[in-house]
Amino acid sequence: MQVVENIVDGQKLFLQKEYQDSFEKKKEFESSYNSVNPQKVKEITEWTKTWDYREKNFKREALTVNPAKTCQPLGAIMAALGFEKTMPYVHGSHGCVSYFRTYFTRHFKEPTPCVSDSMSESAAVFGGLSNMKDGLRNCNALYKPKMIAVSTTCMAEVIGDDLNAFVSGAKESAEGELDDVLIPYAHTPSFVGSHITGYDNMMKAILEQNNPTRSEKVEDAERINVIPGFEPYLGSLKEIKEINALFSDKIVMIGDHEEQWNTGAGEYQLYSGGTPLEILKTAINASNTISLQKYSTVQTAKLIKNKWKQGYTTCNPIGLNGTDAYVMKLSELTGKEVPNELTIQRGQLVDAMQDSYPYIHGKKFALFGDPDFLLGLVSFIIEMGGIPAHIVCHNAPKKGWEADMKEVVAKSSWSEECQIWANKDLWHLRSLLFTEPVDFLIGNVYGKELYRDTGIPLIRIGFPIFDRHHLHRYSISGYKGALNLLTWITNAVLDKLDEETKETAKTDFFFDSVR
Amino acid sequence: MSELRQIAFYGKGGIGKSTTSQNTLAAMCHYYGKKILIVGCDPKADSTRLILHEKAQNTIMQLASEAGSVEDLELEDVCKPGAAEFNPDENDITDGYIMCTESGGPEPGVGCAGRGVITAINFLEEEGAYDDDLDFVSYDVLGDVVCGGFAMPIREGKAQEIYIVMSGEMMAMYAANNISKGILKYANTGGVRLAGLICNARMTDREYDLAKQLAKAIGTQLIHFVPRSNHVQRAELRRMTVVEFSPKSDQALEYKELARKIIANDLKVIPKPLEMDDLEALLMEFGLEDGADEAIVGQKEEDIAS
Repeated sequence: MQVVENIVDGQKLFLQKEYQDSFEKKKEFESSYNSVNPQKVKEITEWTKTWDYREKNFKREALTVNPAKTCQPLGAIMAALGFEKTMPYVHGSHGCVSYFRTYFTRHFKEPTPCVSDSMSESAAVFGGLSNMKDGLRNCNALYKPKMIAVSTTCMAEVIGDDLNAFVSGAKESAEGELDDVLIPYAHTPSFVGSHITGYDNMMKAILEQNNPTRSEKVEDAERINVIPGFEPYLGSLKEIKEINALFSDKIVMIGDHEEQWNTGAGEYQLYSGGTPLEILKTAINASNTISLQKYSTVQTAKLIKNKWKQGYTTCNPIGLNGTDAYVMKLSELTGKEVPNELTIQRGQLVDAMQDSYPYIHGKKFALFGDPDFLLGLVSFIIEMGGIPAHIVCHNAPKKGWEADMKEVVAKSSWSEECQIWANKDLWHLRSLLFTEPVDFLIGNVYGKELYRDTGIPLIRIGFPIFDRHHLHRYSISGYKGALNLLTWITNAVLDKLDEETKETAKTDFFFDSVR
Repeated sequence: MSELRQIAFYGKGGIGKSTTSQNTLAAMCHYYGKKILIVGCDPKADSTRLILHEKAQNTIMQLASEAGSVEDLELEDVCKPGAAEFNPDENDITDGYIMCTESGGPEPGVGCAGRGVITAINFLEEEGAYDDDLDFVSYDVLGDVVCGGFAMPIREGKAQEIYIVMSGEMMAMYAANNISKGILKYANTGGVRLAGLICNARMTDREYDLAKQLAKAIGTQLIHFVPRSNHVQRAELRRMTVVEFSPKSDQALEYKELARKIIANDLKVIPKPLEMDDLEALLMEFGLEDGADEAIVGQKEEDIAS
């Protein structure tokens, strides 16, 4: 048991004799007691590592094992928290919202404001209008937001609740209480797409519903909007803003959640940072919009291109090439030379890449994550001479992504060894790792199981990362961000090398303190 | 080019809604050269049978469940051009054409048909099925507005004009009144309006008067009284609309008139559905029996005789 003077971690606690004895005694009451043949279990475990099993595994149709994606409202919440004093509001069941908040909080180690209107049995039968009416008023009275961004869970979507009618109905019956708060809404059925779809739907809703129509547009030729997309790296948001500021103060970020998940110690602030609502309400006036995640803004892009008639580009400023393209785009749009500071940063990055190149060159990587994140990261691995042997994207969009990825992979000297796996889960990846092993695995916390299973070291880059601290504070975008990626990946390679060479005079012949 | 008009046909099950809507739309195409997209919102998927000359086997939901998800579908897979004169490439009879889609849905007793309607309509919108060439999009919706999904076609930005198909039978009138209630709910916050009742005659006594009175009472018009005709059945046996089967027949000309009225219709109202008591009173007043009132409720035939 715990002793007050010496509190230990759970892992140590359960090693104590009293717990170990207890585990032992419990066994006979457990369902599998004496019912399994340990030899058979071992045999089957080994079989799951074979090509034979892999083929069966890849024929799986109706089952997902260990998904590498989550659902729409989660993305909608991130989009909402990118705006000043905005409370994300999920129309649906309470449990979903607890999950979203927990998920973000485990990643960012910060509280995540978000409310739900707790639909229950009767709401499922009669529709959630009364929940919406009470919920919006409560939310407004308690948390005093300037904007409430409404998304939905599966339940509200299956019964067909019409947000448009509900929100306007709730406003009308609120006795004026909701007159001063913006309430954009987006349908975000969890069973369609993934968290990036939800981000997209909410971003589009917030932009469209808080801007005038095109007839009232007053174009500001110098203004450029930048939409970051579903960005789990707060440092990336910061670095992108720094790059933007080097070109012009009229480049503004739309959906900037950097400060929301990075508040200091002291009295808790419910809202922090975010794109000011005045900037949001004039978003239509920009001459151009750049999205940093093409596949997290597919619907938003249609609004900006077709309805707002703005110039629209996508960039992916991860790695050297990606950042170059972004910087050159800004230079082109602003008509300004690339600032000296960026030139210096670039030089430093290229120098560092040269230093580490021999260690990454020729190494095989398996990567999994979101579509745009993978496009950027694979590009960087290839710039470093690494081989992205398995690229698994569970939430890969049907249209365009594979072709884009092929284009990136084609730049590798080993392009024929790179396999792109769209819409495959982590159980598929497990088969791949056993049958066609790699040197390193890059992905989120859920790669931990694969590391334990296969022994392939996991380099934690992605979302979510629950079991390592502060990585989200760093940037993975821009030249400095690329330097972070380089540091993490190179040092993982060196860690492995050290691990493999730690016996003096057997594997270590020259006291390996210099690499 | 005129603005796209989105209309919807609602009505009690079995009232002849799909037959009426297809004949009317066929007439709008045949006689007036209109370009139309039909969105069948009925799991039975029979809203386009007479236009296609076959039951649409490939409903959106069926294909989506085979392919894995609706994102796997292409518009061409689910949006079929009408047969013969209704094909866009066939311009001998009319420049108009009819494109056909069916949302489809589950077998009776399982799943959620309403969600199927939502998914299908979202898919069509996202894939750009509502293109600029179209004059009309028509939703043919099963039965009553039973749940949120079946109200999808009357949400904001969807159908603005609703036509209710009914007859002089009591249950059809109940249903028409109920549908008005559904429309009212959405009309208060959005642009959806009731555009008229279409009486698909059952040839009950005083049917015309009754239909006309009901229309008046809920604040709309009886846009057309379609007489009963075996011609329709004969055409239907051939999987055709009577408009295509026999365009010069009296019955086809009835649909032509209905088509003309819909195209020219500018009476679109927020309905005033009747309370149950008022509806019953109306049925008493214009029903089969003269001078009937509350007193006859619960009275057996043998008691009347005595």
